[in-house]
Amino acid sequence: MAHIQTEHYRRESRKALRDPVLQRALAGIQSRLGPATAASYRNLPEGPALRQVGHEIRRRAIENLDVLLEALSERVRQNGGQVFFARDAGEAVAYCLKVAKAHRVRLAVKGKSMVTEEIGLNEALAAAGIEAAETDLGEFIIQLAGEHPSHIIAPSIHKTRVEIGRLFSERLGIAYTDDPPQLTQAARKALREKFFAADMGISGCNLACAETGHITTLSNEGNIRMASTLPRVHIAFMGMERIVARLEDHDVLFRLLSRGAAAQSLAGYVSYVGGPALDAHADGPEAFHLVILDNGRSRILADPVFREMLCCVRCGACLNVCPVYGKIGGHAYGYPYSGPVGAVVTPLLVGINRAKDLCLGESLCGACRDACPVDINIPRMLLELRAKLAEGDSRWRVKPVGRVQKALFALWARLVRDRRLYEIALAGMHLGQRLLPLERGMVRWLPAPAAGWTRARNLRPVASRSFVRRWKKQHENA
Amino acid sequence: MVTDANGRTVTLFVQCLVDALYPEVAESMVRVLEQIGLKVVCPVDQTCCGQAAFNTGYRRDAAVAARHFVEVFERAETVVCPSGSCVDMVRHHYRELFCDDPVWLERAERIGRRTFEFTQFLVDVIGRLDLGSRFAGRVTYHDSCHLLRGLGVKDQPRKLLEQVRGLTLVEMKDSDCCCGFGGTFSVKYPEISTAMVEQKVENILASGADTVTGCDMGCLMNIEGIVHRRGLPLRVLHIARILASQAKG
Repeated sequence: MAHIQTEHYRRESRKALRDPVLQRALAGIQSRLGPATAASYRNLPEGPALRQVGHEIRRRAIENLDVLLEALSERVRQNGGQVFFARDAGEAVAYCLKVAKAHRVRLAVKGKSMVTEEIGLNEALAAAGIEAAETDLGEFIIQLAGEHPSHIIAPSIHKTRVEIGRLFSERLGIAYTDDPPQLTQAARKALREKFFAADMGISGCNLACAETGHITTLSNEGNIRMASTLPRVHIAFMGMERIVARLEDHDVLFRLLSRGAAAQSLAGYVSYVGGPALDAHADGPEAFHLVILDNGRSRILADPVFREMLCCVRCGACLNVCPVYGKIGGHAYGYPYSGPVGAVVTPLLVGINRAKDLCLGESLCGACRDACPVDINIPRMLLELRAKLAEGDSRWRVKPVGRVQKALFALWARLVRDRRLYEIALAGMHLGQRLLPLERGMVRWLPAPAAGWTRARNLRPVASRSFVRRWKKQHENA
Repeated sequence: MVTDANGRTVTLFVQCLVDALYPEVAESMVRVLEQIGLKVVCPVDQTCCGQAAFNTGYRRDAAVAARHFVEVFERAETVVCPSGSCVDMVRHHYRELFCDDPVWLERAERIGRRTFEFTQFLVDVIGRLDLGSRFAGRVTYHDSCHLLRGLGVKDQPRKLLEQVRGLTLVEMKDSDCCCGFGGTFSVKYPEISTAMVEQKVENILASGADTVTGCDMGCLMNIEGIVHRRGLPLRVLHIARILASQAKG
């Protein structure tokens, strides 16, 4: 299981806000990818409405998940592969270790996969004495640095080329350079050696196809293709929702996903993996294993309020437009899934109370929904999570948070249904604010729980007479 | 030229923030509406739409406000409000509040359809762009999130501003990026919220504008808060203040 650090959202956010290098990097990726993705939707031959078509395909797949997964596993087995349904991270990792042991694996090469981050696979393999080498350039960099991804698609976005130059010269033994082509060549050389020496390839799966029994991987570096074909064994991991019924569905979804991820018409490499080499076709590894992971997804599926979140294809488009992510970066979210998708998925996977800051610490601006290639209504689910945190929820075992806040809103609810009481409260506030320090006519300091406002901002004081009171007076006299 | 808008009656939905902190915004709105020949009424029992409670998760409390809103406004022919997010709340989120209550749901939806944001009402319902306003300044417009994404209002305020004499409309970078207000978010996560509004103010100043305007006092209060604290040379004005302005340019 990935190390859960969702409790440190505030602390890590503050740290990120003080990091000028990170701030520049985040502004850079958002200004490059956010508008480009929006333009790429507008330029779709079918128009931006294709996002709703994509949503519908995903929704249908999620509604029929049991049938589709059954069909997929049957096809994979027919094609000579093996399928394992893992209830949780522990089972998934244990299965991988068992396969690795059976094939005497010493070195594994990996394609970028968020779900293996979710289950903490690299750490588990390392503990078992198996080296797991990341082969996506960004993942390779952060693995060398001993860090975790900070963006779903651009994992090393928080590192500058100078930092990478230093890292490579230290860890790869090359002369220092911060020239990207030279650095890429150095990584390529190191990675080629790993590819040829590896016993096992590990990949994720973008979307499986139930009718043909294929899993698919999309990349721009060709590394996943090498990782899944060169070694003797290929083991692929997929969240149990990452599936559609038919091959045709991939056409729409991959075009949308590639636009969401990197404003591309289609990713550079789209690979279909159907299983191991057989007598009839010589290509492929000797053995193919597919691990289908639940790890809390069944619970999401069972709740109609949050089921929509399973439509997510993990493209990262929402990260590239989220103004909160754009300030605090990926690490603050304390779990592999960051940004708006993380703000909904992570609480659902690790516990709503435990990850409460992720869904409360968002401004509900709605940019994520517009950016989503499959039109997922993320703000709606953020609001649902907040409702559970406010009132508590037995099904999700949520304990209510914020007793003071609850009392304040209860009082407020008493006032809003009676204008006379409401007016008295306003008059009370007008009187009470005399105790507060002013700066050029504005309130400079507020007590808890509103103290956060005046950390860096002043506040307009309550008017001596509300508009409604003025209106009433004017029109009564008239 | 100011023409008559058929003597139609509009009902003011003031927004709690404007009512308590910025009454001059509602007064400006009344001036604009009356000037084009509308009869303006203001129910004196109104309080708040309930958005803050809803966004924070207190749906039962929000429903109390929502029921009160429906009772106060349901006899109105047309409701106009100087805040996009309040209208978005009434139009789109009351549905969620009353999803298990068909009677209230119907009442809420009926009034929701007749509730408009101020600039949306002027442009889409009345069809008036030139209000005879004068305002001297370089003005940039901030797109509020719920107005833009919830109600799809983007061009309407710009069209109105373009007609104001003496006013030069300049676009800022990322005008549609959230200012960091987010209701209780701004108080609970002040560091993140402040970083967002700092970015917004940086973009506003970089546009060369001397005034920033918008259609939602929530955002503008946030922007004004930091502008005032730092003593920056920038006016922060609700669009109704500019449209009601008759000062010689």
